[in-house]
Formats: sequence, C-alpha cells, structure tokens
Amino acid sequence: MNDGIIPYSSTAHQIANDFLANQLDIDELYNFYISRVNKNKAKTNSLTFFSDELVHAQLKQLKQLKEIAKKDDLPLAGVPIIIKDNIVDRDMPTSCGSRMLEGFRSGYDATVVQKLREAGAIIFAKANCDEFAMGSTNEHSYFGSVKNPWDVTKVPGGSSGGSAAAVAHDLAPVSIGSDTGGSIRQPASFCGIFGLKPTYGRVSRYGLVAFASSLDQVGPFARNVKDLALTYDVIKGFDEKDSTSVRSINESSCFDELGAMTDLKGLKLGCVVELRDSKLKPDLKKAYLNACDQLKKLGAKVVDISIPSLSNAVAAYYVLASAEAASNLARYDGVRYGYSGNDVDNIDDLYKSSRSQGFGKEVKQRIMLGTFVQSMGYYSSYYGKAEKYRNLMKEEFKQAFTEVDLLISPTCLSTAFKLGEKNKDPLEAYLTDIATVSANLVGIPALSMPIGFDDQNLPVGMQLMGPWYQESMILQAAYQYEQKNNYWHSRTPSI
Amino acid sequence: MSQQTKYETVIGLEVHCQLSTESKLFCSCPTNFGADVNKNTCPVCLGYPGALPVFNEKVIEYAVLFALGVGAEIKPKSYFARKQYFYPDLPKGYQITQFDKPYCEGGGILLSSGKKINLIRAHIEEDAGKSIHAEEYSYIDLNRAGIPLLEIVSEPELRTAAEASEYLKKLRMLVKYLGISDANLEEGSFRCDANISLRKHGDLEYGTRCEVKNLNSYRHIEQAIHYEVLRQSDLLDNGEKVVQQTLLFEESSGKTKPMRGKEDAHDYRYFSDPDLKAIVVSSDLVLQVKARMPKLPDQVYQHFTGNLGLTHQDATVLSSDKNVANFYEQLLTNLDSKLNEKQIANWLIETYLPASQQFSWDLAKPEISIDAFTSLLVMFSEGSISSTAAKKVFLYMIETKKTAKECVTELGLDQVNDKSVIVETVRKVLADNALQVEELKSGKQKVYGYLVGQVMKSSKGKFNPKLVNQLLQELLDEYK
Repeated sequence: MNDGIIPYSSTAHQIANDFLANQLDIDELYNFYISRVNKNKAKTNSLTFFSDELVHAQLKQLKQLKEIAKKDDLPLAGVPIIIKDNIVDRDMPTSCGSRMLEGFRSGYDATVVQKLREAGAIIFAKANCDEFAMGSTNEHSYFGSVKNPWDVTKVPGGSSGGSAAAVAHDLAPVSIGSDTGGSIRQPASFCGIFGLKPTYGRVSRYGLVAFASSLDQVGPFARNVKDLALTYDVIKGFDEKDSTSVRSINESSCFDELGAMTDLKGLKLGCVVELRDSKLKPDLKKAYLNACDQLKKLGAKVVDISIPSLSNAVAAYYVLASAEAASNLARYDGVRYGYSGNDVDNIDDLYKSSRSQGFGKEVKQRIMLGTFVQSMGYYSSYYGKAEKYRNLMKEEFKQAFTEVDLLISPTCLSTAFKLGEKNKDPLEAYLTDIATVSANLVGIPALSMPIGFDDQNLPVGMQLMGPWYQESMILQAAYQYEQKNNYWHSRTPSI
Repeated sequence: MSQQTKYETVIGLEVHCQLSTESKLFCSCPTNFGADVNKNTCPVCLGYPGALPVFNEKVIEYAVLFALGVGAEIKPKSYFARKQYFYPDLPKGYQITQFDKPYCEGGGILLSSGKKINLIRAHIEEDAGKSIHAEEYSYIDLNRAGIPLLEIVSEPELRTAAEASEYLKKLRMLVKYLGISDANLEEGSFRCDANISLRKHGDLEYGTRCEVKNLNSYRHIEQAIHYEVLRQSDLLDNGEKVVQQTLLFEESSGKTKPMRGKEDAHDYRYFSDPDLKAIVVSSDLVLQVKARMPKLPDQVYQHFTGNLGLTHQDATVLSSDKNVANFYEQLLTNLDSKLNEKQIANWLIETYLPASQQFSWDLAKPEISIDAFTSLLVMFSEGSISSTAAKKVFLYMIETKKTAKECVTELGLDQVNDKSVIVETVRKVLADNALQVEELKSGKQKVYGYLVGQVMKSSKGKFNPKLVNQLLQELLDEYK
C-alpha cells in the first residue's frame, strides 16, 4: 500500500465497493492499517486494545463470507471499524476505561458488533474512553488521557475521545461511540469529524455497558457523511434483546437517500438563540455564523428560535444521568467479575475495597451524586423535579419542530481545551455540555459536523438536531453542506 | 396465658410465589429446580455488563390468571422499578420489581369461617439467587436469580396463627389449581414472610410490627407467630417497646432472631426501570385468560357438596388438590353410576389416597392409573369381588403392577355368586352350630354375625356376602 491508498483518503464506502468488485487487495489494505496503528497509536493513546492476530483471523473469515454472501448484504465489506471500549465483543477485552473491568472479557457480541460483523466489517480495535463513558475530556480513563490529533496538548473531547481521535487520525475510516449527553458529538467537534447520535431506541443498546439507560445511544464517527450514513444504516434497527429499541419507523436507507436533495431549498433551520448568544468566543462565533451563511447559500432558510428550558438542561441531565449511573454501576461489586478487593474479612469490606479501588474519582463522584438525588427525603426535590423538567423539554422541542425542520447550534461553546484545564472544577466541566445534553434528554437525533477552524487551528463543529426518527433529513442536510465545504481535503492533523 | 387475651394479634402475610414458566422473567434461561449450581444462567441473569432484560410475556398470562382467581383489579398499565441494595446473591445490585404501580390491586381469599382476607396488591418481580453460608466462605448459586415471582401482600387482617395457616393453605391451593406455580414449600417456590404486631383489644391503631422471614412450612409459620406473640406481649407487659425489625425464624429452636446486618431501615431508592417498557394488559388478553380459567377450589367444593351431595369433610378432602378433584371426577365418569358419588368418594379417600400418600405418587401421573383403579371398582360394583377382597387386590396391584383382573385370579379371590353352592355351605354351618342357632332363636342377635363369619370363613371370603346374608336369613326362617 505504498502508492495505492493515501492516508485520509480511504473511505468506508470505497473500501467496501472496491473489495466486493475485486479491485482492492484487502491484505495490502490491512498491512497498511496495521502498520499505521502500530506506528501511531501511542501518539494519541486512542486505543485500549489492538491485536493484529485477531484482525487476520477475521480477514480469513471475511474472505470466505465474501464468496458465499450476496454483495448487498455486505455494505461494510472489509472496512476496519474501531469500537469504543464500553461496547462488548466476543474477542477483545471490554474495560470501559476502568480499572474495575481491566481485561474483562464478556464472551458475547453486542448487537451493534454483531450487525457490523454481518455487514462484513472487521472489528479492528477497542477505543479508549472516559471511565464508564463519564466525562467530556477523555482524561478520566484508567488507561490514560487521549490526546487530540490536531494538537496533542489538547483534549480530544469525551467520553468517546478515543473513537473520535482514532478516526481523525485515520487509524480507521469509521468508529463507533456512545452518546449519553454529547459523548459522540462533542469529541467529533473537537476532532473535526462527523458524529451522529441517533434517536433514542434506534440502535440497540444490547452489549453497550450502561451508563444512563434512558439516555445512552450508540452511534458512528466518520470523516465524511457517506461513511457516517453507511455505518448508521448497518447498526440501526429493532433488536428484541433491547426492550427500549423501536420497531421499524423510517427504516429506509439513509445512505441511498443522501442525494435526495440537491440543495437545501425549502429546508427551515432554527438557530437556537440560547446557544448562539451564550459565551461563544469571537472566532468560534465567526466560524458558526459563516456556516449559517453557507447553509443559507445552499437555499436553507435560517430563523432564530428560542428553547427556554435549555437553561436548566444541564442540571436536569446531571441529576438523571448520575442517578441511573449509580444504579447501573451497582453490579460492580467484586463478587462475580471485574476488580475484586484483596484481604477482606466480610462482604461489606469486599464491596468497599472493590469499589473504592476499582472506580476512578469521576465515577465515584457521580455515584455519590446519583445516590443522593434518589435518597429518601431528597427524591422529589432532585430526581422527581429533573424528570418533570425532562418532560417539559420534550414539549418545547416538539413545539420547536412544528416551526422548523432542524435545529442548529454550535456543538460546543469552545474548541478543544488543554489537557488538565477543566480537571479542577467539575461543575465548570459539566456546564460545557449545555448544547448537547438536551438531545439525549428528549431522545432526538443529533449530528455534529466540522465547519472550520478557530484561531488556534482547532476544529469547530456545528450541531444539527432533528425531530425523532429523522436521521435521514439531518444526514442529507449535512451531506449538502459537506459537498460545498470539505475541510478534510484541505487540512489534516499534522502528527 | 393472660397475655393472649389481653392483646389482639395482627398478622399480614407477604407470599413469594414462583411462577412455573419455562424460562426466567427477563432472559431465556430455564427455571427447573435442582439443576447443577449456576448452570441456568446467562449474561442477563448474571448481571453482566451490557446485558439487558427482556420481559417474558408469558408471565402476564400467569399473573392475570392469579388476579382473576382472587378477584383483584387488573391495571391496564403497570411498571417495573428497581429496588436497590447490595447483596451477593443479587447480581445487578438491584432487584427488578414493581413499586408504586403494581399490575394488580385488591382481591381476597375466603377462609372456611366465611371471613375474607383482603389483598392489598400483587406484583411481578424477579427472584434473587441463593446464598449458601458455610464456615469460612459463603457460596452463591444464581440458578434462581431471575425466576419470576408473584409477591402477594395481604391486608393485616389475620388474627391467629390458625387463620394465617389456613390463608396460606388456601392461597397455595389456588395457585396450584390455576397451574401457575408448583408452590413447593421445600423447594422454596412458595415462601412467606409474616408481619406480626400486637395491640390492645379495641385499639384502632396498629402496634409496632416485626417482619419474620424464612418461613417455609405451615408449622414454622404457626410456631413463629406463637413465639412472636409471646415475645411481644412480654415486652408490652413489662412496659417496653417492640422495636421494628426484621427477624429470622430459627428452625432448631422455634424462635425468632434479629437478622444480622438488616437492622437499619433500608432506603431502596426505588425508581422506574429505564431498561423496560410498561407492562400492558389489554382487555382482550383478560378475556382470553378468563375463557380458559380452570374451576377454582371453592367452586369445586360447592359442586361436590351442592350437586353431588358429599359431606363437608369429603368435599374438603377431594377439592383440596386439583389432581385429586380431577381424579374423583374422572372416576365418576368412568364408573357411570355403577357406584354412587358417596361410595366412589369413600373408595378414593379411604383406599386410594392413603396409598398415594404412602408411596408419594404424583397424582398427575400416579402409579395406579385412574383406569386401573376404575376396573377394580367395576369388579366390585358387579359383585365379582367383595370390598375386603377389593382392598387386598388394590395392595397386590401396587405390589405387582398387574391389572385388577390378573390380581383377582392370582389371589384366588373371584367371588362366588352361585346360590346352590352357597346354600350347601350355609346348611352345613347351621348343622354344625345347632347350639348357636338355638341361642339366636332365643333372641341373642349377636350370634347372627358369628354364623355369617363361619360361612364366609369356610368359603375363604369368596362368597358374595349379600347372597350369604340373604340365604342365611331364608334358611333360618325355615328353622323357625
């Protein structure tokens, strides 16, 4: 692969296409990716597990599958895909960025992984993440911080920081992350790539290690919209193993529909004023307004829209997410699997030592918070109130989507910040999630796309939020924008 | 025992009844009892990371059957909640149960006294695993984890240990009739916790209650209640207070002991389980279940006493178990009036059931089948064997597993109905016992039985006793 594929130009749809048409030497492609990973993985620390043996074993199976399967059934044939370390698979460990699950092997495939395999993908590596997906910087991983490939002194965002950094750095063309309050969109924005959080219930959560069950959703990262849509099409769909997954609504192929629009005429975009007029730095605001202009040029109508309940979204989010997290993480007790405390005399000591040594600070903080907000005497003033707030937000978003087709906002109020910068004050770190948490609270699909760079040459992202089950519309709009503004061919990370 | 009259005992029972679905509540693991330790497990019931619960819809049917059986109100929509606490046999760190929105409320169980014990509610939940405490370590078996349970909560309307015990027996009979549970006390598929408190007669407020756990036989329940009544009344008599706590019944001593580590009031932080949707019970489903509702014990009892004219005692025995009731009704059909209802009931109660208990037959498929027992009774009803002979034959059938007919032949018990043969013997007996005949004539009626006995004895019990009786009377008349 010396001259054939240039780094950053290999795309998932091309790989699948060429491989199925026998126009690609798959072994050569993987020699390239394997050596690229081995050479580069330490630079960003984006991976927690990689084994070329496992890759070769899968390749062998894939070649056999290719002979017997129909081409249409293998939309991701030969595509290397990196999986966030909180999604289980049968071969690799799933550690969730935690000492608690260091080296833990589940022995079964998440539905998402199973679907990717069936579509011909190679489950390539496991991506580093914040511990149990809690964090916005990827500094809360037991396996060390992930670094932003655009500037290794900066964070890649979180919690799916490894998935985002790896794709931005082309360790693979696509990756899978999970998004509970922005964990796909924010790192996508910080790393200058595309990330999609689907509608709640669209993608099976079976095999995704739960953080906050009513908010968690699995989604893809890619460097272009086509790959994003292609991967999303593969992983979406009803799964009987997940009771919250939805039965077929708008199941048509988003990939096939990407070209349905030729411009954005007739599309009404609502620019969320609460997020635009907040403390956006001038260079970010410039990039954002510039992108709004581009969208207008493509024919979209951009209007201001207000969603007042956003003011309390972060508070409601941290109450609900932490409460569910405290419950979901109760199973890590050192009894059956995972980290188990030593030298204990009784069961209470076992719990205490396993959990205080197995979990990191951020996770413990959220377990404490989550336990508090559901405890006797505080339940109604915290958890109950947050639930009410969530319902109110749903109503406001429903109303907003009667007025506009999509909502747009900056994905984050900043670009990637320095490693260690937001470690001191958790409250300040939590508040940076203001633009992203509402999509999880109300369950709507949302996408982050790169729209340029700030003064420090760090990527800036724009968020598109759509009504429930309208992923295709969001992807089409992003695709139209991308066709006219493709930053990936003008600039790439320099490391 | 003055205490027992001074205070009124107030008892409320919580019953945990395993539903006999083939698979667990939230995964497809089997539910059979006695499997190898931790064999019936999977990522879901082991609480593995990433695994999710999926509701076993079959459980709804069972739950609805129960609700209809006790006349409870079925909620069209109810929800699962997480009850959060740490325990090694609770794999997820929470139990999936129902909290403020159970699937059914109300209903009741009628005691034989006519008193109705109302139910507060019943709800669906998952069972926990089993902890086996050894000296140095405790061991965990998670086969039971995730088996569907019905928790059935009574109002505190029971007043005596006997009432509590009857309530449980009735409840257990009901779930077995409904076919929704094995309700096996020893295997733990029917378990009971009792809330016991005392108050002065006439008081409207309840006293402080204690919850007694680990009650797995009727005897234990009665013992525990008696013990608690004594313990609590002693406290109250001495001016002390009953402390609200969870107690464990100790089989060896028959006493209750505080449960270690459970003293504190728990904050279970219940909240709606975000992994599961609402349980929806449509009116269509209720109708479907209603249509295939089996007859309930009280209905069967009414039928046996009212329509068939059985005594209270016989009807109680025959309606106490669905299989016994079915057995009886099948015998009625098979024998088609060859014997009357009372006779058949007697044969079943006096002959068949004692044997079935002695040899622990499963009455759903007993060793002596209904048909085999029918053919024995047919032979009796036709007079080809006496009742004494029939009983002998029955025991021989159990021993040899042969048919009634074969057994009769092998035992040489074929009954003699030939009048000329019988008459000859009777004459001989009368001739040999002239003295006794004289006594009879002079009014000593007792001697009649002796003469019958002599005739039967010389026939080795094979003569038809009715004919012996008839012919003896006739010949004695001649002597007069």
